[in-house]
Amino acid sequence: MKIKQLKEVLGFLALRLCMVLVMAILVVVFWDIVTKGGGAVSWELLTQPPKDGMTKGGIFPAIVGTLLVTLMTALLAVPLGMGCAMYLNEYALDCKFTRFIRMSIRNLSGVPSIVYGLFGVALFVEACNFGTSILSAGCTLGLMTLPLTITASEEALKAVPRSYREGALALGATKWQSIRTNVLPYAVSGMLTGTILGLSRAAGETAPILFTGAAFFLPDLPGSLLSQFMALPYHLYILSTQHHDTALVRPLAYGTALVLLILIFIMNLFAIILRSRLRQMKKE
Amino acid sequence: MKIKRIKEKVVEGLFFLNGLIVIIILAGIFLLLLKNALPGLKEIGLMEFLATGYWNPDAYGKATYGALSMLVSTGMVTIGSLLIAVPLGIGTAAYLSDVASPRVREIAKPVVEILAGIPSVVLGFLGIVLVGPLLAKLTGTYNGLNAINGSILLAVMALPTIISLSEDALNSVPRSYAEASLALGANKWQTVTQVKVPAAASGIVAACMLGMGRAIGETMTVLMATGNAAQFPTGFLSSVKTMTSTIAIELGEVAYFTTHFYMLFSVGLVLFLITFVINLISDIVFNKHMKMLK
Repeated sequence: MKIKQLKEVLGFLALRLCMVLVMAILVVVFWDIVTKGGGAVSWELLTQPPKDGMTKGGIFPAIVGTLLVTLMTALLAVPLGMGCAMYLNEYALDCKFTRFIRMSIRNLSGVPSIVYGLFGVALFVEACNFGTSILSAGCTLGLMTLPLTITASEEALKAVPRSYREGALALGATKWQSIRTNVLPYAVSGMLTGTILGLSRAAGETAPILFTGAAFFLPDLPGSLLSQFMALPYHLYILSTQHHDTALVRPLAYGTALVLLILIFIMNLFAIILRSRLRQMKKE
Repeated sequence: MKIKRIKEKVVEGLFFLNGLIVIIILAGIFLLLLKNALPGLKEIGLMEFLATGYWNPDAYGKATYGALSMLVSTGMVTIGSLLIAVPLGIGTAAYLSDVASPRVREIAKPVVEILAGIPSVVLGFLGIVLVGPLLAKLTGTYNGLNAINGSILLAVMALPTIISLSEDALNSVPRSYAEASLALGANKWQTVTQVKVPAAASGIVAACMLGMGRAIGETMTVLMATGNAAQFPTGFLSSVKTMTSTIAIELGEVAYFTTHFYMLFSVGLVLFLITFVINLISDIVFNKHMKMLK
């Protein structure tokens, strides 16, 4: 009897240790980046371009580049993702074909990011002739984020009660009218939240933009959709592995990592605030 | 009235096309990879590509394109990461679903989500500045950029997937299972290990497979933390160059539409097929699990 109890105590202790270890990983990651990157973040870092072979100056062009390419990603992923979710949740019948679409979505989300990069090279850079540019990189990231935005948007649509749709239909509205007036307004907050979370993933991705548009160093900000750009994750990769003196630029690398984490954090925070705001509006 | 109906049809048609897009993308990825891989595979031959280990595109004389060492390297870091992530992930999932108080769960859920949101390049960076030096000290190697380092980072990348999906699987086990076990005099530990985990086993296996798919396809962490020596790996302490890192390193320097370019797409194709099959199997296993519990 006692052994049985001892086993239980020890077993639960082991499970708790697993949890603590997982939490510890997160703490270590943030502790290291924040303590060592905190000192490197300055006004200069945020507003100046890299100088003297990237050993001095800031990361301003990389911040702008990441924001621009994320915007491009959103332009592709948001309408396509929301449209696909609306098809799946509102129009599609539960048939083999629909299940096939769902399986494709799950499978797309498991395609390695570097394979998306190859796909982007073959399709956008080469076949569409966009070259290595914001446009190519944004489209590649957009396709990569699509499964996330679809899933999140569908969750939001599912949360709208059936009766809302039926109410509109009973009053003589067509299907599209009922969706437009009685479903979308209530689902849009959830859709946007999920989409922004998906975009925050895209903002931190490196592999898909390696060959589709990210540049080692550019003295000027990108002038058009067809120009190359600097990006925070790629800049961090360069500073920590490709630079001729990686030890010297380590503080800059830490600063870049921290700025990237903060950017992603802000996007997440924005999504969460948006969700609660819109939820409150709905209640009133 | 008629215009209204036409409008309805048009809207529905547009949404249908939109739904079709995901299938087109998936098929498009496969076809474009295949199109860009075939010229190279024809020239080199499938046997040499998959069964020999010398990948030396810049060789003096005849370039060789054997991908076996990359396949083994990818396999090694993946297995290494699973050895860490599977026990840790299942343990955490079991803790969250059966032991933790609601308050702990409130804290733990976002922790797992945030962990999933850390960009892989940041983890790769920590592999260089944090894990590497630590490993170098522990094992007495030069810089600690080796297969173990990659495995540790990949485990961190795979953990969120394994934890959240395993937890879903455990939570989907009907309450009556646990209640019956407790009523028969089993304690909570016995219930978790002998009733709930076996009942959720297929779901947990699916979760681990998805985590494995993540690990195989991860690029930045292995690219930065495994050293990328183009050699056949001799052990977990040796520097390895995985399939993903090979593409990431070489595609930037290669001239388009050369044999080397095509062969990098062939590596991508193999990567795509491996992850595709893994995802498909885990999908089937997970659906079976859900059906069984219904």
